[in-house]
Amino acid sequence: MAKILIVAEHQDGTLNPATAKCVSAAQALAPEAIDIVVLAAEPAGVAAQAAQIAGVAKVRTVANPANAHPIAQVLAPQVAALANGYTHVFGPSTTFGKDLMPCVAALLGVNQISDLMAVEGPYTFKRPIYAGNAIITVQAPVDQTVVATVRIASWPEAPRGGSAPVEAANVDVALPTHTRYVGLAAGKSDRPDLQSARRVVSGGRGVGSEENFRVIYSLADKLGAAVGASRAAVDAGYVPNELQVGQTGKIIAPELYIAVGISGAIQHLTGIKDAGTIVAINKDADAPIFEVADIGLVGDLFQVLPELERALG
Amino acid sequence: MKILVGYKRVVDYNVRIQVKPDGSGVVTDGVKLSPNPFDDIALEEALRLRDKGIASEVVVATIAPADAQAHLRNGLAMGANRAIHVVADQPLQPLTVARTLLKLVEKEQPDLVILGKQAIDDDAGQTGQMLATLWGRPQATFASKLDVSDGKATVVREVDAGLETLEVELPAVVTTDLRLNEPRFIKLPDIMKAKSKPLETLALADLGVEVNDSLKTTHYAPPAQRSRGVMVKDAAELVAVLKQKGLL
Ligand SMILES: Cc1cc2nc3c(=O)[nH]c(=O)nc-3n(C[C@H](O)[C@H](O)[C@H](O)COP(=O)(O)OP(=O)(O)OC[C@H]3O[C@@H](n4cnc5c(N)ncnc54)[C@H](O)[C@@H]3O)c2cc1C
Ligand SMILES: Nc1ncnc2c1ncn2[C@@H]1O[C@H](COP(=O)(O)O)[C@@H](O)[C@H]1O
Repeated sequence: MAKILIVAEHQDGTLNPATAKCVSAAQALAPEAIDIVVLAAEPAGVAAQAAQIAGVAKVRTVANPANAHPIAQVLAPQVAALANGYTHVFGPSTTFGKDLMPCVAALLGVNQISDLMAVEGPYTFKRPIYAGNAIITVQAPVDQTVVATVRIASWPEAPRGGSAPVEAANVDVALPTHTRYVGLAAGKSDRPDLQSARRVVSGGRGVGSEENFRVIYSLADKLGAAVGASRAAVDAGYVPNELQVGQTGKIIAPELYIAVGISGAIQHLTGIKDAGTIVAINKDADAPIFEVADIGLVGDLFQVLPELERALG
Repeated sequence: MKILVGYKRVVDYNVRIQVKPDGSGVVTDGVKLSPNPFDDIALEEALRLRDKGIASEVVVATIAPADAQAHLRNGLAMGANRAIHVVADQPLQPLTVARTLLKLVEKEQPDLVILGKQAIDDDAGQTGQMLATLWGRPQATFASKLDVSDGKATVVREVDAGLETLEVELPAVVTTDLRLNEPRFIKLPDIMKAKSKPLETLALADLGVEVNDSLKTTHYAPPAQRSRGVMVKDAAELVAVLKQKGLL
């Protein structure tokens, strides 16, 4: 029977919803137990949040000042040490998990399953390759620990309502000191988080400038939506990098995705394949985005968006 | 200072990949192959460090079938000093690639290894992190800015929350994100010059690499297709349809 360890992602004392999505993926294996490990300087607060996720057997904590920031080469030996006794170790397919989990896999001497999107059996999974243009079924050996990153857009958050016990874990491994965390420059925003928002409004190169992006923010605020962007809009400096949606940005699955002035390149579409309803607003009736949009509107965004806000009342 | 660059050959990003009807693979016969876009960025960054006088030598390495020589000549034409071709008939999984690159690291003793953050064929995104782990050296993944001085690299990383800065001691592994730089174009005279640059060929077996390709791909399928929906004529109709769908 499978026993699964999930590495919690957290920042500033808050558990990232990606962790509860990993729990959903783990549950698809019908395992004997799902444990979560929280590595932090002071893990208590995050551990209490993790303990509330339904289906979690136990939350294990590793308190260490070296864990104050998520440095992969510092966290990996601790996770690898704790992996003993588990058949599977999962982390989210966020930049945190993508950075860390291959290190854990290397320490355990196994290959990693990246972007686990479906579970066929305890050792059989589906994952995308070629920017999502092919979905492969992958079989991992049953006699080795399975290390995977979970494609969070494919899984719902496991509900709350649990009350798992929290215990401190003992890890006695040497940690490297060759890496120094200098800082994080994060765009402050009161808007919903792009990766977990139910509604997202994204702008592309068609928006034209940083200044013009206010029409996107304004519509997003009216809808209570998060803001996203195409790579072209980020490269042009209209918005910060953390808003990029797509193959090399964030893969998201909101109920409603509104693409404004985005042509619909394959690398962008990879990021929104799992969205509930896609709305496209573009002045070019031949833009490829209309081939996948559930609702399309051909028009100039600078005319359509104000009208849309008025129509929303 | 010496820089080793991972330079993988992949199906060009403009090719629309088709899955074979029998689910045995994807169609790669006759499709255009190009350097992995992230590896072009890795090479460009190494060349810029050499242009600035920080690096003295840039070595590109690929692990690929025998016909990948032209691909390496491309890296030499872009400006690398030397190339290493580790011949492998089959595509290898990231742990084996990392083990192979580690052998090259032991042989070449680079101060910095720059790889792409992911290869756009397998989309694995593992090799750099695995190499750093096996090597016991620091990693800075998803780099959008790289400064090297005094035996250290200061790296700005594109993370979900924004831009994170790490300082790592060298030698280290850095993986590139798209906004690190814009790769240069290759000029015709450089293609001629590349022909006389050293290109070393090694067999995987010569390096004593332990091949551990333990993941078996049993089936390939096309993704679920989204189909064209309805067109609306204006904002008012859009709102009406969204309301009807229960989305507003
Ligand atoms: C390795 C690699 C990875 C990549 N990863 C990503 C990724 O993660 N995410 C991503 O998005 N891209 C990615 N790209 C880039 C991608 O290929 C496209 O270049 C990019 O998505 C285009 O952005 P865009 O649609 O905003 O710009 P464009 O393609 O230039 O489209 C702009 C659109 O705006 C419309 N428009 C212009 N003015 C108006 C107006 N006034 N009103 C209405 N419509 C208007 C135009 O008709 C056009 O369709 C990647 C590329 C590579 C090579
Ligand atoms: N066969 C290979 N030859 C050279 N470099 C490689 C090879 N495979 C992977 N790499 C390097 O590792 C990076 C990440 O690849 P991957 O982990 O497969 O997504 C690539 O961008 C390359 O820099």
